[in-house]
Amino acid sequence: MINITSLAHNYEQGRRIVFPDWEIADMEHWLLLGASGSGKSTLLNIIAGLLKPSQGEVFIHDTNLYTLPARRMDQFRGKNIGIVFQRPHLIQSLNVLDNLELAALMAGVPIDSEHNLALLSELGIADKAQNYPAQLSQGQLQRVSVARALVNKPDLLIADEPTSSLDDVNAAQVTEMLTTQARANGAALVIATHDQRVCKYITKTYLL
Amino acid sequence: MNILKISSQNLYRNKLATLLNIILVAFGVGILTILFLAANQIGNKLEKNAKDIDLVVGAKGSPLQLIMSSIYHIDFPTGNIPAADAYRLMKNPMVKRAVPLALGDNYNGYRIVGTDTTFTGLYGLSLQGGNFWKKDLEVTIGNTVALTAKLHIGDTFFGAHGLTGSSDIHKQHAYVVKGILKPQGNITDNLILTNIGSVYKIHEAPEEEHEHSATESKEINNKQITSILIQYRSPMSVIVFPRMVNQSTNMQAASPAMESARLFSLIGVGVDTLKWFAVLIMGIAALSIFISLYNAMKERKYDLAVMRCLGASKFKLFWLVVLDGLLVTAIGTCLGLLIGHVALELIGSYQESSQARLSGMFIVPQELYLIATGFFTGVLASLIPALQIYKVDIAETLTKAR
Repeated sequence: MINITSLAHNYEQGRRIVFPDWEIADMEHWLLLGASGSGKSTLLNIIAGLLKPSQGEVFIHDTNLYTLPARRMDQFRGKNIGIVFQRPHLIQSLNVLDNLELAALMAGVPIDSEHNLALLSELGIADKAQNYPAQLSQGQLQRVSVARALVNKPDLLIADEPTSSLDDVNAAQVTEMLTTQARANGAALVIATHDQRVCKYITKTYLL
Repeated sequence: MNILKISSQNLYRNKLATLLNIILVAFGVGILTILFLAANQIGNKLEKNAKDIDLVVGAKGSPLQLIMSSIYHIDFPTGNIPAADAYRLMKNPMVKRAVPLALGDNYNGYRIVGTDTTFTGLYGLSLQGGNFWKKDLEVTIGNTVALTAKLHIGDTFFGAHGLTGSSDIHKQHAYVVKGILKPQGNITDNLILTNIGSVYKIHEAPEEEHEHSATESKEINNKQITSILIQYRSPMSVIVFPRMVNQSTNMQAASPAMESARLFSLIGVGVDTLKWFAVLIMGIAALSIFISLYNAMKERKYDLAVMRCLGASKFKLFWLVVLDGLLVTAIGTCLGLLIGHVALELIGSYQESSQARLSGMFIVPQELYLIATGFFTGVLASLIPALQIYKVDIAETLTKAR
């Protein structure tokens, strides 16, 4: 499903990282491991279509990502890739449900309220649907951001250090949530982390 | 959930800044609305009331005052002229129509105008009910007078001396309402019309009353009147006739067109100043909206990066920011138009002279320009902040901890 070939990126400071080739099949779960500063986030951004690599190609479902025009690329990302960041990055002025609907609106797909509510209840935060981000705890916020990543039923779910700011209980819950939700939604999953707590859930690893 | 909701929620989050910006826009638009409405109505009134009047002849004094008192019934008359002189002038071959006026009394602030039947011809008056005045002390009243003073046909009332106030009431004679005019949309709505004889009769000493039996024309010859409204037979008279009046008689001639123009040039400075003041406020509003949006961009960068990440194009987000500015100016403009209309209606209700009363229940075409100005201000103020969208590096913004 995803193929990266002869990928390399030059940083502005002149540092260059060369990424080994990687092939991810449909619905596979992968860990992206590496020490901090090894380029995990860079690679994720490149796969997500947020950062153009200096060299090499990224194929998602036979689409050569960086040959798409900017507008199509935004649309492609919105429809096919769900991203969970280290920080939840929710829109503070919108409530939880609106934050989910925003994902559909921005990707230009119809709003599916039933699906959104189902996601929230599966993640155990259905009662928070009308609350604003400021009223939620860290763990709840991270769940909302997982739900938002799944709103458009993506084929690929990417998580960048999703557990780093969570305690053990929440970290375990979020990791489990990501794997079960990826499975339930038929999506491939890539988690970038240096957190040992995550490792026991996923066997396939890509080391940087 | 739509893009309008995102925008309005964002504005609601910055309540105070939004409120300030809306107030600034509303204030600027409000002042301009009042100016446009007032200028339009005053211009209309001046034009309508002086429509068929080429010249006013009255006692020497300020020509503007003569026009104001005889056509617009606002100011005090300049004095009286001998009726005999006036009568001679009215028969001049250059004059097509001449209407004598005898002013001096009022009822509840509505002026009682002594005149003759040529007055109805000049203003094209028609009756809603009853008849025109025929005998002394019979009156025909304007529509507004009938409504506000609650006078009906057959009612009687006493006039008071002077053009305003009701302290000095002429108790010896009562007027009888014989007819009510249709709404004319001009000054005659606010007038009480009677014959010149009535005005004389009211002002005679009580003991002379029984001697009074002469015909009307003879009466005029012995007495004084206030002024004459004149319509020329040909436009050529514009040059000759006023000069003739001013040089060869003891009266003065004033042209409504010239005096209105002079009046406008006098108040024009004030109107212009106010107009520039309003434009300045609109400018400050634009600047304030610009600053709030620009400052908010630092914080909003994360939101916008998230939206990009969720699949929004740069162009979509550009519009989202412009929409913020537009929403503020749209609300401000609507509020400003409302304020302008309500304020003018309030001003109108506090105005003493009913003749020049302004109303907020009007819509003028210039208001469309105001709406366009509001729209333009919103776009202009949000353009630079919105262009920032194109510079945001999503990957970097989102990867760095907040």
